[in-house]
Amino acid sequence: MTRTARTPIKFFSVLSFSLVALWLLIAAFPFLWTFWGSFKVQSDFFSKADWMYALWGTNTARETGNAFTGSGYYGAWIIEGFWKNFLNSGIVVFFTVIISLTFGTLGGYALARSGFRYAFWILMAALVFRAMPHITLVSGYLLPFFEWNIWGYLPTTIIVLVAMNQPFTIWMLHSFFLNVPKDMDESAMIDGCTRFEAFRYVIVPVMWPGVITTGLFSFLLAYNDFTVTVMLLSEENETIIPAINSFLGTTQVEGKVMYAVAAVVSVTAPILVLILFFQRQIVSGLTAGAVKG
Amino acid sequence: MILFIAIPIGSAFVQSLFIQHDQVLVLSKNCGPFGCRETTSVDIEATKELRQDSPLGKFNGIGTYLNRSHLAFAEVGNAWAVSRTFSGFLNEVLDLPFYGALMFTLTYTAVVTPLVLLLGLAIAIGVNGLPNIIKGPSIFVSLLPFLVTPLVGSLILFWMVDGDGIIGATIQLIFNDPDLSLKASTGLTWTMLIVYGIWHTLPFSFIVFYAGLQTVPVDTLEAAEIDGATKWQRTVYVVVPHLVPLITFVTLMLLMDNFRVFEPIVSFSAEAHARSLSWIIFNDLRESGNPLYGSAGATSILTIIGVIFLLTPVLIRNWRDFKLRRL
Repeated sequence: MTRTARTPIKFFSVLSFSLVALWLLIAAFPFLWTFWGSFKVQSDFFSKADWMYALWGTNTARETGNAFTGSGYYGAWIIEGFWKNFLNSGIVVFFTVIISLTFGTLGGYALARSGFRYAFWILMAALVFRAMPHITLVSGYLLPFFEWNIWGYLPTTIIVLVAMNQPFTIWMLHSFFLNVPKDMDESAMIDGCTRFEAFRYVIVPVMWPGVITTGLFSFLLAYNDFTVTVMLLSEENETIIPAINSFLGTTQVEGKVMYAVAAVVSVTAPILVLILFFQRQIVSGLTAGAVKG
Repeated sequence: MILFIAIPIGSAFVQSLFIQHDQVLVLSKNCGPFGCRETTSVDIEATKELRQDSPLGKFNGIGTYLNRSHLAFAEVGNAWAVSRTFSGFLNEVLDLPFYGALMFTLTYTAVVTPLVLLLGLAIAIGVNGLPNIIKGPSIFVSLLPFLVTPLVGSLILFWMVDGDGIIGATIQLIFNDPDLSLKASTGLTWTMLIVYGIWHTLPFSFIVFYAGLQTVPVDTLEAAEIDGATKWQRTVYVVVPHLVPLITFVTLMLLMDNFRVFEPIVSFSAEAHARSLSWIIFNDLRESGNPLYGSAGATSILTIIGVIFLLTPVLIRNWRDFKLRRL
């Protein structure tokens, strides 16, 4: 009797464990493989003859004398000037995050304290904006930008990215400020603070968790963006993601593929570090929308 | 904010009403020893000037919406009249760029969304049962495919399924067919894109469900256990109902994200077999030298209508909730 009752339990947990294990393998393996392969030459990375070549770097050793080679990285960063794209990305991401957080905090705070039920409308705007394929918006921006001669510059892109990001930032910070007790700034104002002082001395010190979470998502949006940057930036101002895409156009030449592989690994590394340090905030940010709904 | 949303949509709409200028043709008489001939040539200067004067092009009304690359009513009607079987008609229609893209986008959305929901839930329950020490790292690993840039993530997979890459070569070995390429056939390309889609979005549903699992009331679970429910029964009758609001939320998010699938098509260079609506717009704007703003604008508007159509049930429900809360 006990045996029959137990068997399904065991079966169930074994099944779920193996599913998790399988998933973790599927999730991590491509990254490990590409990271490992980025230190090889192309004939090892695409080693059709024997996939063990990719592990031991047989051809790499034959061609360069060592089982590891940094030639892909050298090619991408130095020869193809990937560092310039990286710099551009840095500028775009930095300003996008700073600007959207500034507006987001002020706007979110104001909306949360104004008493009106804006929440619904902001939520709707954030929702609609998330649902729009970004390319539909870009197609609307493109022609005016050409006409005003501001196409291809970093500031233009930053403005567009901030605009696309804003509904989401405001909504997220709005719901965060709603959770900060109203009593706090009200008591500060009774003590003689102006509204702004109350914000500066009472709210600012406690708002960092919300700001960091929101900032992370703004960062990811700006960093990962392909649609906006590829359409709005001229070649010399390209950020990393369109740069990788244009690598691919020239990768038919032997060896150039490895430039792209190295670039891809370089792009993934910062995200890895980000998740490593901010895992908790990212998870809470992803679920915040769901819980408050 | 509203400015930035409304203006581009408005601008796309206006653009969609125009098409690019025809080239200015000049009729010139060319007289030679064998008599005079009339030749038509393109007056480049005049064309350029015209384009500069009114960059939008000439007014075309809703003509762009109805032409062959968009709604193509004429072609659809024609296909209906010509083809005898329904599948023949379908084939004809899906050859039209807009309907082909719509078909791919819808298929992708319809396949990826439920699979991601189910698998995400299963993995969340599995991870929830893990000992605490491995929970953190496993969440870390799970987050990777979701947060990595879509273009980069799909490139990584693309290199692996390449005919010379590890997965591609293995598949060739299994089926014993050295010419087998995932990029060559439509069905396989679609499968590849869908597998990528699942890989990419699964972490999102997993994380949300996992967070939801932390809030499942322990008392209810224990009560069910005392009543003799097996683990499976407890999952189905206690945990899943508790997660229903989350499931709606995740479904909504997934629908929106999947509907705008775009980057994987670029990096898998799958455009020969699979095009999404976003990709069509991208392609129009990329048209070298002479971007087809009108065409892109028209597709944009049609896509936006599609999104609104997709979201209507949710919007209505939210609106009702909102009204109720105010009462």
